[in-house]
Amino acid sequence: MEIESESEARLIEQVIAGESQLFHQLIRPYERRLYLTAFSVLRNEADAEDAVQEAVLKAYINLHQFRADARFSTWLISITLNEARYRLRKAKGVYFESLDSPPEEQTFTPAVLVDWREVPSEALDRLEVRQMLVDAVAELPEIYRVVFAARDLEGLDVNETAQALSLTVSSVKVRLHRARMMLQKRLAPLLKTTVRAPRRFPWF
Amino acid sequence: MVLDCAHVWEQISEYLDDTLDAAVREEVQRHLESCEICSAVLDSVHNILILTADDRVFQLPVGYSARLHARIDDFLNQRPLEPPPESSNSG
Repeated sequence: MEIESESEARLIEQVIAGESQLFHQLIRPYERRLYLTAFSVLRNEADAEDAVQEAVLKAYINLHQFRADARFSTWLISITLNEARYRLRKAKGVYFESLDSPPEEQTFTPAVLVDWREVPSEALDRLEVRQMLVDAVAELPEIYRVVFAARDLEGLDVNETAQALSLTVSSVKVRLHRARMMLQKRLAPLLKTTVRAPRRFPWF
Repeated sequence: MVLDCAHVWEQISEYLDDTLDAAVREEVQRHLESCEICSAVLDSVHNILILTADDRVFQLPVGYSARLHARIDDFLNQRPLEPPPESSNSG
Protein backbone atom coordinates (compact mmCIF):
# COMPACT_ATOMS: atom_id res chain seq x y z
CA MET A 1 0.00 0.00 0.00
CA GLU A 2 1.68 3.17 -1.20
CA ILE A 3 -0.34 5.86 0.34
CA GLU A 4 1.13 9.16 1.54
CA SER A 5 0.30 8.57 5.16
CA GLU A 6 -1.91 6.69 7.52
CA SER A 7 -3.87 9.84 8.25
CA GLU A 8 -4.55 10.34 4.55
CA ALA A 9 -5.79 6.75 4.20
CA ARG A 10 -8.07 7.34 7.16
CA LEU A 11 -9.35 10.59 5.68
CA ILE A 12 -10.23 8.80 2.44
CA GLU A 13 -12.15 6.15 4.37
CA GLN A 14 -14.00 8.80 6.35
CA VAL A 15 -15.03 10.74 3.25
CA ILE A 16 -16.27 7.56 1.58
CA ALA A 17 -18.16 6.70 4.77
CA GLY A 18 -20.05 9.98 4.51
CA GLU A 19 -17.95 12.64 6.24
CA SER A 20 -17.85 14.58 3.02
CA GLN A 21 -16.58 17.86 4.50
CA LEU A 22 -13.25 16.15 5.19
CA PHE A 23 -12.71 16.12 1.44
CA HIS A 24 -11.49 19.73 1.75
CA GLN A 25 -8.72 18.56 4.05
CA LEU A 26 -7.83 15.70 1.74
CA ILE A 27 -7.36 17.97 -1.28
CA ARG A 28 -5.62 20.92 0.37
CA PRO A 29 -2.01 19.59 0.21
CA TYR A 30 -2.28 19.05 -3.55
CA GLU A 31 -3.80 22.33 -4.73
CA ARG A 32 -0.60 23.73 -6.17
CA ARG A 33 0.42 20.50 -7.89
CA LEU A 34 -2.99 20.15 -9.51
CA TYR A 35 -2.90 23.73 -10.76
CA LEU A 36 0.57 23.25 -12.25
CA THR A 37 -0.55 20.04 -13.94
CA ALA A 38 -3.54 21.72 -15.56
CA PHE A 39 -1.53 24.82 -16.46
CA SER A 40 1.18 22.71 -18.09
CA VAL A 41 -1.42 21.49 -20.57
CA LEU A 42 -3.69 24.52 -20.98
CA ARG A 43 -1.20 27.37 -20.48
CA ASN A 44 -3.97 29.68 -19.34
CA GLU A 45 -4.72 30.55 -15.71
CA ALA A 46 -8.52 30.64 -15.90
CA ASP A 47 -8.75 27.45 -17.95
CA ALA A 48 -6.34 25.66 -15.62
CA GLU A 49 -8.36 26.72 -12.59
CA ASP A 50 -11.62 25.50 -14.15
CA ALA A 51 -9.98 22.19 -15.06
CA VAL A 52 -8.74 21.67 -11.51
CA GLN A 53 -12.18 22.36 -10.05
CA GLU A 54 -13.79 19.87 -12.39
CA ALA A 55 -11.07 17.28 -11.80
CA VAL A 56 -11.36 17.58 -8.04
CA LEU A 57 -15.12 17.03 -8.20
CA LYS A 58 -14.54 13.97 -10.38
CA ALA A 59 -12.04 12.70 -7.82
CA TYR A 60 -14.68 13.12 -5.12
CA ILE A 61 -17.33 11.27 -7.11
CA ASN A 62 -14.93 8.44 -7.89
CA LEU A 63 -13.14 8.32 -4.56
CA HIS A 64 -14.50 4.85 -3.77
CA GLN A 65 -12.66 3.60 -6.86
CA PHE A 66 -9.29 4.69 -5.49
CA ARG A 67 -7.58 1.45 -4.58
CA ALA A 68 -4.33 2.72 -3.08
CA ASP A 69 -2.24 0.74 -5.54
CA ALA A 70 -1.14 4.23 -6.58
CA ARG A 71 -0.36 7.23 -4.45
CA PHE A 72 -3.36 9.45 -3.90
CA SER A 73 -1.37 12.40 -5.28
CA THR A 74 -0.58 10.64 -8.56
CA TRP A 75 -4.20 9.50 -8.86
CA LEU A 76 -5.35 13.11 -8.48
CA ILE A 77 -2.75 14.39 -10.92
CA SER A 78 -3.76 11.78 -13.44
CA ILE A 79 -7.43 12.83 -13.23
CA THR A 80 -6.43 16.49 -13.56
CA LEU A 81 -4.22 15.78 -16.55
CA ASN A 82 -7.05 13.93 -18.30
CA GLU A 83 -9.47 16.75 -17.59
CA ALA A 84 -7.04 19.38 -18.88
CA ARG A 85 -6.28 17.40 -22.03
CA TYR A 86 -9.99 16.80 -22.63
CA ARG A 87 -10.63 20.54 -22.39
CA LEU A 88 -7.77 21.36 -24.70
CA ARG A 89 -9.02 18.85 -27.25
CA LYS A 90 -12.54 20.24 -27.01
CA ALA A 91 -11.34 23.82 -27.35
CA LYS A 92 -9.13 23.15 -30.31
CA GLY A 93 -11.38 20.62 -31.94
CA VAL A 94 -8.39 18.77 -33.27
CA TYR A 95 -6.53 15.61 -32.50
CA PHE A 96 -3.27 16.18 -30.73
CA GLU A 97 -0.35 14.01 -29.93
CA SER A 98 -0.78 11.23 -27.40
CA LEU A 99 1.33 11.57 -24.29
CA ASP A 100 2.65 8.11 -24.92
CA SER A 101 3.61 8.55 -28.55
CA PRO A 102 7.32 8.01 -29.09
CA PRO A 103 9.31 11.23 -29.06
CA GLU A 104 10.98 12.12 -32.30
CA GLU A 105 14.62 11.24 -32.62
CA GLN A 106 16.57 14.40 -32.16
CA THR A 107 19.89 15.35 -30.71
CA PHE A 108 19.78 18.27 -28.34
CA THR A 109 22.77 20.50 -28.22
CA PRO A 110 22.90 22.83 -25.23
CA ALA A 111 23.87 26.47 -25.28
CA VAL A 112 27.63 26.24 -25.12
CA LEU A 113 29.13 28.50 -22.49
CA VAL A 114 32.67 28.84 -21.25
CA ASP A 115 31.55 29.75 -17.77
CA TRP A 116 28.37 30.18 -15.78
CA ARG A 117 27.92 32.66 -13.00
CA GLU A 118 25.05 31.60 -10.83
CA VAL A 119 21.85 33.61 -11.20
CA PRO A 120 20.71 34.13 -7.61
CA SER A 121 17.08 33.66 -6.62
CA GLU A 122 16.93 37.41 -5.90
CA ALA A 123 16.77 37.87 -9.66
CA LEU A 124 13.23 36.49 -9.46
CA ASP A 125 12.15 39.73 -7.84
CA ARG A 126 12.20 41.06 -11.41
CA LEU A 127 9.01 40.40 -13.33
CA GLU A 128 10.87 40.19 -16.64
CA VAL A 129 13.02 37.34 -15.31
CA ARG A 130 10.01 35.42 -13.97
CA GLN A 131 8.18 35.93 -17.25
CA MET A 132 11.21 34.73 -19.20
CA LEU A 133 11.15 31.46 -17.28
CA VAL A 134 7.38 31.01 -17.62
CA ASP A 135 7.54 31.66 -21.37
CA ALA A 136 10.39 29.21 -21.86
CA VAL A 137 8.50 26.42 -20.08
CA ALA A 138 5.25 27.28 -21.87
CA GLU A 139 6.99 27.01 -25.24
CA LEU A 140 8.26 23.49 -24.65
CA PRO A 141 6.41 20.91 -26.76
CA GLU A 142 3.59 19.42 -24.70
CA ILE A 143 5.08 15.95 -24.35
CA TYR A 144 8.13 17.48 -22.67
CA ARG A 145 6.26 20.22 -20.81
CA VAL A 146 3.97 17.92 -18.83
CA VAL A 147 6.88 15.72 -17.77
CA PHE A 148 8.94 18.73 -16.76
CA ALA A 149 6.02 20.16 -14.78
CA ALA A 150 5.39 16.92 -12.90
CA ARG A 151 9.03 16.23 -12.09
CA ASP A 152 10.67 19.63 -11.72
CA LEU A 153 7.80 21.97 -10.79
CA GLU A 154 5.58 19.66 -8.74
CA GLY A 155 8.43 17.65 -7.27
CA LEU A 156 7.25 14.13 -8.13
CA ASP A 157 10.02 11.58 -8.46
CA VAL A 158 10.60 9.78 -11.76
CA ASN A 159 8.46 6.76 -10.81
CA GLU A 160 5.57 8.90 -9.61
CA THR A 161 5.79 11.00 -12.77
CA ALA A 162 5.64 7.86 -14.89
CA GLN A 163 2.61 6.61 -12.98
CA ALA A 164 0.75 9.94 -13.04
CA LEU A 165 1.32 10.41 -16.77
CA SER A 166 0.95 6.72 -17.73
CA LEU A 167 4.43 6.64 -19.21
CA THR A 168 7.34 4.27 -18.83
CA VAL A 169 10.15 5.33 -16.53
CA SER A 170 12.57 5.42 -19.44
CA SER A 171 10.23 7.71 -21.42
CA VAL A 172 10.06 10.04 -18.46
CA LYS A 173 13.85 10.15 -18.21
CA VAL A 174 14.30 10.85 -21.92
CA ARG A 175 11.64 13.56 -22.03
CA LEU A 176 12.82 15.15 -18.82
CA HIS A 177 16.36 15.32 -20.15
CA ARG A 178 15.22 16.89 -23.38
CA ALA A 179 12.98 19.40 -21.60
CA ARG A 180 15.83 20.45 -19.33
CA MET A 181 18.28 20.80 -22.19
CA MET A 182 15.78 22.78 -24.28
CA LEU A 183 15.29 25.14 -21.36
CA GLN A 184 19.04 25.50 -20.92
CA LYS A 185 19.50 26.29 -24.59
CA ARG A 186 16.78 28.91 -24.54
CA LEU A 187 17.35 30.41 -21.11
CA ALA A 188 21.08 30.33 -20.45
CA PRO A 189 21.97 33.03 -23.02
CA LEU A 190 18.93 35.12 -22.05
CA LEU A 191 19.62 34.97 -18.35
CA LYS A 192 23.26 35.72 -18.91
CA THR A 193 22.52 38.91 -20.80
CA THR A 194 19.39 40.01 -18.92
CA VAL A 195 20.49 39.41 -15.36
CA ARG A 196 24.08 40.43 -15.89
CA ALA A 197 23.33 43.46 -18.06
CA PRO A 198 24.32 46.74 -16.44
CA ARG A 199 21.42 48.97 -15.54
CA ARG A 200 20.76 51.57 -18.16
CA PHE A 201 20.68 54.33 -15.57
CA PRO A 202 23.18 53.23 -12.93
CA TRP A 203 22.80 56.47 -10.99
CA PHE A 204 19.26 55.54 -9.91
CA MET B 1 36.44 4.80 -21.76
CA VAL B 2 36.82 8.53 -22.27
CA LEU B 3 33.61 10.47 -22.80
CA ASP B 4 33.43 13.35 -25.23
CA CYS B 5 31.33 16.45 -24.56
CA ALA B 6 28.30 15.28 -26.58
CA HIS B 7 28.11 12.09 -24.54
CA VAL B 8 28.38 14.02 -21.30
CA TRP B 9 25.52 16.32 -22.36
CA GLU B 10 23.34 13.24 -22.82
CA GLN B 11 24.00 12.26 -19.20
CA ILE B 12 23.50 15.63 -17.55
CA SER B 13 19.90 15.12 -16.48
CA GLU B 14 20.56 11.76 -14.86
CA TYR B 15 23.78 13.12 -13.36
CA LEU B 16 21.77 15.84 -11.64
CA ASP B 17 19.20 13.29 -10.43
CA ASP B 18 22.01 10.98 -9.29
CA THR B 19 20.58 8.01 -11.19
CA LEU B 20 23.61 7.12 -13.32
CA ASP B 21 25.47 3.86 -12.91
CA ALA B 22 28.47 4.36 -10.68
CA ALA B 23 30.95 3.73 -13.50
CA VAL B 24 29.28 6.19 -15.88
CA ARG B 25 28.93 8.75 -13.14
CA GLU B 26 32.65 8.50 -12.46
CA GLU B 27 33.45 9.04 -16.15
CA VAL B 28 31.17 12.05 -16.31
CA GLN B 29 32.67 13.42 -13.11
CA ARG B 30 36.19 13.03 -14.52
CA HIS B 31 35.21 14.81 -17.73
CA LEU B 32 33.54 17.64 -15.83
CA GLU B 33 36.66 18.24 -13.78
CA SER B 34 38.66 19.03 -16.89
CA CYS B 35 36.05 20.55 -19.22
CA GLU B 36 34.96 24.13 -18.59
CA ILE B 37 32.24 23.97 -21.23
CA CYS B 38 30.49 20.91 -19.81
CA SER B 39 30.85 22.28 -16.29
CA ALA B 40 29.19 25.49 -17.39
CA VAL B 41 26.39 23.56 -19.11
CA LEU B 42 25.82 21.48 -15.99
CA ASP B 43 25.85 24.52 -13.69
CA SER B 44 23.47 26.44 -15.94
CA VAL B 45 20.98 23.54 -16.13
CA HIS B 46 21.11 23.15 -12.36
CA ASN B 47 20.66 26.89 -11.84
CA ILE B 48 17.71 27.04 -14.27
CA LEU B 49 15.97 24.14 -12.51
CA ILE B 50 16.26 25.90 -9.16
CA LEU B 51 14.92 29.15 -10.59
CA THR B 52 11.95 27.60 -12.42
CA ALA B 53 10.93 25.58 -9.35
CA ASP B 54 10.73 28.73 -7.23
CA ASP B 55 7.13 29.39 -6.18
CA ARG B 56 7.41 33.00 -7.36
CA VAL B 57 7.70 31.89 -11.00
CA PHE B 58 4.52 29.86 -11.44
CA GLN B 59 2.14 31.60 -9.05
CA LEU B 60 -1.34 30.43 -8.20
CA PRO B 61 -4.05 32.88 -9.30
CA VAL B 62 -5.20 35.13 -6.46
CA GLY B 63 -8.18 33.51 -4.74
CA TYR B 64 -7.60 30.15 -6.44
CA SER B 65 -7.82 28.09 -3.25
CA ALA B 66 -10.89 29.90 -1.92
CA ARG B 67 -12.73 29.44 -5.22
CA LEU B 68 -11.78 25.76 -5.36
CA HIS B 69 -13.14 25.08 -1.88
CA ALA B 70 -16.27 27.14 -2.53
CA ARG B 71 -16.93 25.03 -5.61
CA ILE B 72 -16.41 21.85 -3.57
CA ASP B 73 -18.83 23.17 -0.95
CA ASP B 74 -21.47 23.97 -3.56
CA PHE B 75 -21.11 20.47 -4.93
CA LEU B 76 -21.18 18.74 -1.54
CA ASN B 77 -24.30 20.62 -0.56
CA GLN B 78 -26.07 19.50 -3.71
CA ARG B 79 -24.82 15.97 -3.83
CA PRO B 80 -23.58 13.99 -0.85
CA LEU B 81 -21.35 11.11 -1.82
CA GLU B 82 -23.33 7.95 -2.44
CA PRO B 83 -21.97 4.83 -0.77
CA PRO B 84 -20.09 2.56 -3.15
CA PRO B 85 -22.09 -0.36 -4.55
CA GLU B 86 -21.83 -3.60 -2.56
CA SER B 87 -20.13 -5.38 -5.47
CA SER B 88 -17.14 -3.00 -5.32
CA ASN B 89 -16.04 -4.63 -2.06
CA SER B 90 -15.48 -7.97 -3.72
CA GLY B 91 -12.47 -6.92 -5.86
